[in-house]
Amino acid sequence: MTETKAAPPPPKRPRPRLDAVNRPFWTGGAEGKLQIVHCPDCGQYTHPPKEFCRHCQSENVAPKAMAGTGTVDTYTINYQPWMPDLEVPFIIARVRLDDAPDVILTTNVVNCPVDAIDFDDKVRVVFEEQDGVFFPLFEKVA
Amino acid sequence: MTKLKEAYISGVGQSEVGVRLARSPMGLTMDAIKQALDDAGLTMDQIDGVASYPGRMATFLGFSPIGVDEVIETCGIKARWHMGGGEIPAQLSAIAAAVDAVRLGHARHVICFRTVYEAAAMSRPEEFPPLRREFVDGLSQWTAPYFAISAACWVGQFAMRQMKRNGMTREQLAQIALNGNRNALLNPNARNITKKELTLDEYMEARMITSPFCLYDCDRFSDCSTVVIVSASDALDEVSPNPVRVAATAGSVHRYSWDQPDYMASYATGPDLWSKTDYKPKDVDTVQFYDGFAFFPISWLEALGFCDVGAGHEFVDGGTRIAIDGELPLNTGGGQLGAGRLHGFGFAHEAVTQLRGKAGARQIPGDPKVAVATSGGGPLAAALLLARD
Ligand SMILES: [Zn+2]
Repeated sequence: MTETKAAPPPPKRPRPRLDAVNRPFWTGGAEGKLQIVHCPDCGQYTHPPKEFCRHCQSENVAPKAMAGTGTVDTYTINYQPWMPDLEVPFIIARVRLDDAPDVILTTNVVNCPVDAIDFDDKVRVVFEEQDGVFFPLFEKVA
Repeated sequence: MTKLKEAYISGVGQSEVGVRLARSPMGLTMDAIKQALDDAGLTMDQIDGVASYPGRMATFLGFSPIGVDEVIETCGIKARWHMGGGEIPAQLSAIAAAVDAVRLGHARHVICFRTVYEAAAMSRPEEFPPLRREFVDGLSQWTAPYFAISAACWVGQFAMRQMKRNGMTREQLAQIALNGNRNALLNPNARNITKKELTLDEYMEARMITSPFCLYDCDRFSDCSTVVIVSASDALDEVSPNPVRVAATAGSVHRYSWDQPDYMASYATGPDLWSKTDYKPKDVDTVQFYDGFAFFPISWLEALGFCDVGAGHEFVDGGTRIAIDGELPLNTGGGQLGAGRLHGFGFAHEAVTQLRGKAGARQIPGDPKVAVATSGGGPLAAALLLARD
């Protein structure tokens, strides 16, 4: 680990409790992969992850690495500091994944000014690690 | 096999509505129950059913401090049927469940209540210690890590879609808040919540919460209990004159999460409500639409067919159509934006009050006979159609 003093520490994100079902999603970023539960029997995706396919109820499901690209379905610019030290404004967006259009991820679009976001913007995943959880965030594709 | 009965609302009651009230949650609940019993002309020993949403819940501070069990115990009710459940399609589904119960003969008179105590609980940490959680649980794990902490952050995204795709302006959205403010000033039960007129200029200059919502687009935590008594048609000889018939109920879920739905559950609930009755949208004299955030009523107008889908903001443009003397008076008591976050039950209370002509200074003209009340509208939604025979 290298110490860097350039940027302030990111705010502590509320942390999911990891279990067998959600762990691939929240830790896939360690290998740079956005993992979504996929069903080989019907070819569809289930998110939030479940141990059964929500389309055909098959138990034969497994996490699958996605391309990590998507489009902005809709968004809101948040101005309210819901918790102490939360820096505002920031973007909360719904991102529709290119290779699983039925899956919508609520996320933050980062690394751009808040007024640079628009509907249908192309985005790609970037991971922010905090204590072993790799939060999938998105940034605009230039 | 017994024939299905009809269900009526025989009485309504509401405690003091306020912010940081000293009276206890049970005290508020008893105030509302006693008022509703008086209104219905019933005594406690005639009550044989109790329903509430969501039952007692400890996970959100003050959100639901009183359970069905405590009401049954405190009131000495010999209940033949009771229900306190959170996994139903929004708050008014508790009343819809009571309607089903009396129609089937499971009970004759059901107390339906919703007690909220969020403002008081937050202000008294010694009595209501804030919950400290190490992890975010359940469905909130998919939103809270991104600081989408409030429902405002999710509903705001649907409102942004209406702006970007359909051309809604902030001035049009503002009409819901301005209408609620105007009507609340005429509602004595809202006197602790709304004290002065809100202007469009004040609205436009207000602090933003999450786009497109400013402060005035979000309801405020309040302390209150609201009660509706549902009675069976073959028990109406026991109640005061002027009961209001529940002509239809509907409720639906789209996805059990706030992040996955691509449309709001109200859009399935509206058509379902009309499929259960011969009444049509044109027969409705007033609508009481859930307005936890200002965009909800605009979506309910579309969902229930009062205008085309995508045109709800045009319907409310200028505010005259939805005013008390307009063609479709909306949230005549002030709604949650003007009269406090009573969490759904306030809309049924106001609809009944209007249909009985008891709304005083805010009474709509023209002898109203049909009203719609709704709750929710995000992933979950419920609606009641009320009629005076
Ligand atoms: Zn499948």
